[in-house]
Amino acid sequence: MAIVEATGIHKHFGALHVLKGVDLVVHEKELVFVIGPSGSGKSTLLRCLNRLEEPSGGSIIVDGVDMLSPRTDINKARQRIGMVFQSFNLYPHMTALGNVTLALRKVLKLGRAEAEERGQAALKRVHLEDRADHFPGQLSGGQQQRVAIARAIALEPRVMLFDEPTSALDPELVGGVLEAMRELRRDGMTMVVVSHEMAFAKAAADRVVFMADGMIVEQGTPAEVFGNPQHERTRAFIGQIDRH
Amino acid sequence: MTNWDRFVDSFFNARVAAEYFPKILEGFWLTIVLALCIIVTGLVAGLGLAVVRAFAIRPLNLLIIFVVDLFRALPPLVIIALLYFGLPAAGLSMDGFTCAWLALAAVLMAFSEEIFWAGITAVPKGQWEAARSTGLGFLQTLRHVVLPQALRMTIPPLTNRTIAITKGTALASVVAVPDILGAANAGVSFSFNPTPLTMGAAAYLVLFLPVVILGRWIETRFAWKR
Ligand SMILES: Nc1ncnc2c1ncn2[C@@H]1O[C@H](COP(=O)(O)OP(=O)(O)OP(=O)(O)O)[C@@H](O)[C@H]1O
Ligand SMILES: [Mg+2]
Repeated sequence: MAIVEATGIHKHFGALHVLKGVDLVVHEKELVFVIGPSGSGKSTLLRCLNRLEEPSGGSIIVDGVDMLSPRTDINKARQRIGMVFQSFNLYPHMTALGNVTLALRKVLKLGRAEAEERGQAALKRVHLEDRADHFPGQLSGGQQQRVAIARAIALEPRVMLFDEPTSALDPELVGGVLEAMRELRRDGMTMVVVSHEMAFAKAAADRVVFMADGMIVEQGTPAEVFGNPQHERTRAFIGQIDRH
Repeated sequence: MTNWDRFVDSFFNARVAAEYFPKILEGFWLTIVLALCIIVTGLVAGLGLAVVRAFAIRPLNLLIIFVVDLFRALPPLVIIALLYFGLPAAGLSMDGFTCAWLALAAVLMAFSEEIFWAGITAVPKGQWEAARSTGLGFLQTLRHVVLPQALRMTIPPLTNRTIAITKGTALASVVAVPDILGAANAGVSFSFNPTPLTMGAAAYLVLFLPVVILGRWIETRFAWKR
């Protein structure tokens, strides 16, 4: 079953044509890994999927809901789409638990006790149940990003979008975040991940999508895309990555 | 009489002080009431305008910016005079207290709107995106995520601006409001002795010195931590 069905997505920023007809289908429990050079439109694509960015054209169906229809309650639709950002974007004035429970209380309208119970459970899934009372400023980058993951999964989304979740982290903190993502995947979460962590892609991705210049150039299993890329641009990009 | 005695008799005359103390005290309370009215309405209106501005409705925002610039440019005394001496010509008259209140509240509204707005725009875009991505609406995000952070940043400049504008309550004496300065002035003209003014100055010190010290404390308290 397709959870995400994006067809013919275009995005213009003024005169800049950033997405040029992207088709992306993500099936249930699939982990799709998106790679590509800087500026190729990976973040923009992800942000179009939950309409943080308004696509200029195309259609996006997530979990059966037409995201671009004016009749769709966008706030309701977004509950089913978790998003994790490169810069964490935790609320600095709230504790870890406060960050996780805000949407539970204000969007799902749960009572405090129930929200906190669910929030604690979400923090436990990222192994931060003992940091519930800490403010973001008192947590390491890796811990902050795991709180951000907990904040998203607490709403029990149907799909999770990750935009370079480990790029802002010191190398020794990357592992914990990737581990949390691996556990999510093991529990059957559908995921779209934009990242440069090629080892993670090789180990965990079902499919790798290579984007360049606002288009999907090539996609396939990690073995296909990394081992035997078909297009010149893919070869050049992967060669570049491997040298790092 | 030596010069010194004359000086004491003029500015620290015990008999005059005793006579006008009750009037000055009434003025003291009136100044407090006026100041509180200005602070509450000015800050609430300023915050309201900043929130409306966040909706980014073009014509409305141009109007807000125009009004804000207007009240930031006009000297407060001019606004008070316009309301008090000008409006009756248009068939609408208000007492001095109301004129001073509305005029200074409008000025505080204008300045505080700019400060609140600066605070709102200083909150990183990622905060909006994170909140909206979890399904929070625009107003919910503003209320629970953006404003708490914005207000924290605005406390030091807001405190200073509020103190500065609140001191303008003394202008009310120009339009016959018996506030501290009004009562003191009246005392001077009846007694032919400036002692009531000395008392007035003392009353302002008693009123504003703690506020200024509080403002300094708030400023250092909120300045470094973020
Ligand atoms: N809000 C915006 N306004 C104008 N241009 C934008 C905006 N957001 C992105 N762009 C432009 O769109 C293009 C694609 O950006 P995007 O962030 O999607 O690339 P990316 O593939 O995620 O790159 P990176 O790997 O550097 O994150 C870039 O040229 C970028 O400058
Ligand atoms: Mg990006």
